[in-house]
Amino acid sequence: MNRSAMNNLTNNSLLEVHNLSFVDQGREIIRNISLTIAEREITTVIGPNGAGKSTLMKIICGLLTPSSGHIHKKPQLRIGYMPQRLQLASSMPLKVSRFLSLADSNKKARQAALEKTGVAHLNGASMQTLSGGELQRVLLARALLRKPDLLVLDEPLQGVDINGQAALYRLIAALRDEQDCAVLMVSHDLHLVMAQTDKVLCLNQHICCHGEPESVSKHPEYLKLFGKQVAEDVAVYTHHHDHHHDMHGDVVHCDAGCKHDD
Amino acid sequence: MIDLLLLPALVGILVALVAGPLGSFTVWRGMAYLGDTLAHSALLGVAAALMFHWNIQIGILFCCIVIALLLLALQSNTRMSSDSLLGILSHSSLALGLVVVSVLPSQRVDLYAYLFGDLLMVNLQDVFVIAALVLLSLGLLIFFWRKLLMISIDEELAQAEGLNVRALKIVLIILLATVIAVAMKTVGILLITALLIIPAAAAQQLTRSPEAMALFASFCGILCVIGGLLASAWLDTPTGPSIVLCAAMLFSGAFILKSLARNKNKF
Repeated sequence: MNRSAMNNLTNNSLLEVHNLSFVDQGREIIRNISLTIAEREITTVIGPNGAGKSTLMKIICGLLTPSSGHIHKKPQLRIGYMPQRLQLASSMPLKVSRFLSLADSNKKARQAALEKTGVAHLNGASMQTLSGGELQRVLLARALLRKPDLLVLDEPLQGVDINGQAALYRLIAALRDEQDCAVLMVSHDLHLVMAQTDKVLCLNQHICCHGEPESVSKHPEYLKLFGKQVAEDVAVYTHHHDHHHDMHGDVVHCDAGCKHDD
Repeated sequence: MIDLLLLPALVGILVALVAGPLGSFTVWRGMAYLGDTLAHSALLGVAAALMFHWNIQIGILFCCIVIALLLLALQSNTRMSSDSLLGILSHSSLALGLVVVSVLPSQRVDLYAYLFGDLLMVNLQDVFVIAALVLLSLGLLIFFWRKLLMISIDEELAQAEGLNVRALKIVLIILLATVIAVAMKTVGILLITALLIIPAAAAQQLTRSPEAMALFASFCGILCVIGGLLASAWLDTPTGPSIVLCAAMLFSGAFILKSLARNKNKF
């Protein structure tokens, strides 16, 4: 890819990652990852445990420095990061309102963000008393307060049931439209992703395959399992692997050539 | 007696003012062992100060900062747990301090005063040095408050939002070293972390925001210092331990109040 082609690409892309690898103590966590995130695009990263999903999110958010490869970000790209959970100790008395005011001192903006994520009633609650799902929504509100161009969500659905997942998916999709931001999220489920996902990346150290999800309605067995309400918010991703992994995670069969991101 | 207690009370209040917020950070971030380590290395600072004729507080501050930076360097360059590293640094520096102090001319060193504090012996020069250090750290604390709070809530979130977490941790450690340098005068090396943690833990029971907890911890600390001073004057008990005992009683009181309030809510 020549220089000018890359610049053309950057026109509507927020972030480009080229040949990214990360090695921790001699162990390769991710290798040779390239991906592009365009404006308003929703990307879901799926993959088994230990595939390097969180590592990739952390590198994109600037929490880890890649061992090799490049990240090109749009100048002044604002990333709203929503971690899986907070390290917050139980010893700090902290209300939701104060937690949010550390990100934005404007009270109206904070209230609006909480309303958008559907937890306005938690404004005066103590952070430590929130349930997993409530905390996720508060963290999402905080990420929104930063008016992000790109919202990065690290496994937003851990410990949330399928109905809760569908509700959160609906919320994220609405936020994308309202805030005009791109979304990059990690999903713990290998087959079900958010219905509005534009692009799915299946990660297992390298990008195993990528593509678009299909509507659940094409899969009657899922439709029956979830019911119509949920089915509108989730989609099915069919993997098209042309290789598999041995016990060490190495690719052992790859005759057709792995479909890596170009 | 008022005259005799005026300077000690002033020093105690200054120390409590800065120990409140720093103690809160110690509680929030689980830095008690780090506090202990820095406090233990303070004796080495005392030894250095006596040897080179520095001001004691400056000697302690210098030594604490050297040990803190050494710890940060070790943490990022070895795969050992912070716990083990702290244990190694803490006790090696205490031992080295004890050995160095023992070879200094004996009439110059009152080990007991350094280990348990000698608040009743403060002079006007101590007050000036301590006041300057306290004001400086309070200024830094207020300036960095929001950022320090963020890294105490979640370091990754703070870093993702563009804060320099590493630099802020160094700021916090230097502040902690400063508090230890000034607090050694009041309660001594062995009891410093008590003065940091107990008032903060008492304040935690009764407050609902980090700022309120920090301020109330300062207030509790001031009560403890004054209570401990009066007790030691009336009952002729050692000042440092009396202050810490006052803090322990205050904590028990706050704990009981909180438990009562919680039970009342149940019915």
